[in-house]
Parts: sequence; C-alpha cells; structure tokens
Amino acid sequence: MTGRTSITGTDLKKVFNRRVIFENISFAMESPRTMLISGRNGSGKSTLVKIVAGLLTPTKGSVVVDGVGSASEFDRRASIGMVSPYLQMYDEFSAEENLKLAMAVRGAPYDQQYAHDLLKRVALFPRKDDPVRTYSSGMKQRVKYAFALIHRPPILILDEPMSNLDAEGIGIVRAIMGEHRNGGILIVATNDLSDLERYDQHVDLNAGR
Amino acid sequence: MINTSTSMQAANARRWLRSVVAIFLKDWRSELRTRYAFSALGMFVVTTIAIILFSLGSEGAPPDALSGMLWVVIFFAAMSGLARTFVTEEERGTAATLQLLSPGSAVYFGKLLFNLALVTLLNVVTVSLYALFISGFVIQTGSIFAVTIILGSIGFAAAATIIAAIIARASTKGTLYPVLSFPILLPLLLTVINATRLAADGAFFQEAAGEFQLLISYIVVVITASVTVFDYVWKD
Repeated sequence: MTGRTSITGTDLKKVFNRRVIFENISFAMESPRTMLISGRNGSGKSTLVKIVAGLLTPTKGSVVVDGVGSASEFDRRASIGMVSPYLQMYDEFSAEENLKLAMAVRGAPYDQQYAHDLLKRVALFPRKDDPVRTYSSGMKQRVKYAFALIHRPPILILDEPMSNLDAEGIGIVRAIMGEHRNGGILIVATNDLSDLERYDQHVDLNAGR
Repeated sequence: MINTSTSMQAANARRWLRSVVAIFLKDWRSELRTRYAFSALGMFVVTTIAIILFSLGSEGAPPDALSGMLWVVIFFAAMSGLARTFVTEEERGTAATLQLLSPGSAVYFGKLLFNLALVTLLNVVTVSLYALFISGFVIQTGSIFAVTIILGSIGFAAAATIIAAIIARASTKGTLYPVLSFPILLPLLLTVINATRLAADGAFFQEAAGEFQLLISYIVVVITASVTVFDYVWKD
C-alpha cells in the first residue's frame, strides 16, 4: 500500500429486468478512507459492491480507480482485494495453491513468505496443504481473506465480512479491517450498523425509498 | 515518453500471457484431480465406437460413410465434455473469482488452450480406436488427414469455447449445448468430413487445399468473433 489511491463512483444506476435496483449513487474516496454500504435485503448492496469491484457493468454511471497508474485492466485488478459470499475458492486445490493461483492468474510473482504470513494470520497455516473442500465454512471464509490480501491491494472491499466466522475469526477480520483503515481504502457492505461511527462515509441504499 | 508507454505495453502483454498460461494450467490440474471431462469424453468415445462396431457387424461400410461417422463420434464426444470449462466455474461460484483476477480476453484464451488440449487428446484417442476397430477405415493420404485433424481440433475448440461461455449462464445447460453448437459447427463438420473423405480416397495434398482454406477461415472468423463478444457474455 504505497502512494495514494482513489476511487470515484459517479451517478451509478443499476436496472435488472426493468426493475431499478438503485440510482443516483455517487461517492469519492482517497486513501486512507472508509465507506459503509448498508441497506435492507434486496436493496442492492452486493450489486453495488460488484459494480465498484468491476464485476458488473452499471446501467448508468461509472467507477474510476486512480492513483496507481490504472493504465491496464491488470492494474485495476491489482488495486482491488475483495471478500464476498459469491466469490468462491477452487476447492480441489489447497489454500496455498489458491494463493499461488491468484498471483499466477494476475500475471504477478508469488511471494511465498508473505503467503505463509497471511495463512498464519488467518490461522490456517497448519492446514495450508489440505484441499479447501475439506475446510469448514468459517475456514473457507478465512481463506478468502488471505486470497483478497495476497497481492497487497490498496482497496479492500468486504461484502458481509463476518459471515460464517467464529469469535476468533471475527477478531482476525477486525484486525485486518483496522490496518486497512489506516493506509488504504476500505469499503464494507453489511446490515450491521453497530460500527457506523467508525466509517468516514455511508451509502444508505434504503434512503429515498 | 514513447519508450515508457512501449515498455508498459510490453509489461502488460507479458502479464496477459502469464495469465493465459496460468488459467490453462489451473484447468489442466483441476481436470487431473477431478477427471470429469476425461471420464465423460472417454466413456462416450468407447461407447459410440462399440455401437458402430456392433451395428456394422461384418458388413462394413463405404469409406465416405466411415469418414462421416468418425466426425459424428468426435462431435458428440466433444459436446459431452467441452462445456465443462465454463459450466464448472458458474456452478461452483468461481466465475466471479476469475473475473476479479484476470481480464476477459486472458480467460477466453486460457480456456481455449485447455479445450484445444482436450480436443486434441480426444481426436488422437478416437482416431486410434477408430482405425484399430473399424476395419474399412483406411487413410491413404496421411498428410491430408493429419492437417484435417489439427485444423479440425482448433476449429472445434474455438467454437466450443465461446458456446460453452454462452450456455454456462443458461438454466438448461445440458440440452442447450449440442443444440446451439450444431449450426455453428456445421460448416466445420462438413469441411472436415470432406477432407477426411479425400484422405481416405488417396487424393493428392493439393486437392484438399480448398478444404484447408475453409478451415483456416472458419478458425479466424470464430476466434475473432469470440474475442469481440466474450466480455459481454462473461461479465454480465
């Protein structure tokens, strides 16, 4: 996380099957900065997160990632780390193989020491060579964090970050979020508003409905 | 300034190439562990050749018919296995993961390479078994047949890859794949059947030049069209 990173969403709108999911959503962030996206079930939190991550195209508006020389599609992808219920690991591969794969598919070199540090951090190092299909749902969620951080992204996007985690896992994730708050851009989509005051910006998808 | 821009483009091209190879190797290692496509293709080839063998009995069939039947076996065997390359990504929820990691063009060419490896393997096994068990199938011009198999494999893989990407998003994947594939693969099938017939008849290599030109044109058109539409199919 070196240098300043920015992400700007302008006048975002998404329509599915003629149903407007959300519209007129704009935000601008420059690191270090945090944003909470909240809203009831079906309000479009995950859809907005997918658009911000570049996984979906908005019906209207645009998202621009800047500050890290976003000259290519690889650079944009290198800027973003994401954890989400709909991003799954390759369960026939081990946790470490998934991390190697993530770097190889990004066309970037694999730093084994850093990968091991991450796996220790999410308390999976002793099971790093076991296939992910043998993991519990909480362990799979922890692998996703290592997967999201393996390329040291300045922007971390978390969709329902605490799902399936036990108390230890929640502690680990809170520490990761705390670190990212200080240096990068943290975007969290959740229904849990208990930590609302810890975020710099809030996009409420219930507003205006 | 121009040098910086050129070196950035070269760096991006190297990353793109590494990404393509990584996606191919991922699919290959995954296949070695799950053996889904290998099993499906292998079972289909053995079953179909056995049925042809039993139905022909001691009667035999003219070389024209046998050339056609060879590609019928390859077509349906390919249909049973090649769709998996994208369908498994959708079913397991890893499609979004892959989208997050790599540009669509790298995903397409990585998957194309994997399907090409699979079709080549399928063709080698099918032709070997076919030549071994179907007594009337004799190739007199090996060079025509070899080029037909190579170009046919590339054409099959190119068409199968984009069709697999399209049907992976549909709810009726299994039935849609052969139905959607047939009209797209028909020009390829007619050409390879004709070229195989020429090889069986002992034609000179130059006589099959028209077929080869058609196959090369087909490959170029299908890959160009696939690259153009792939992002729309893959992303939303």
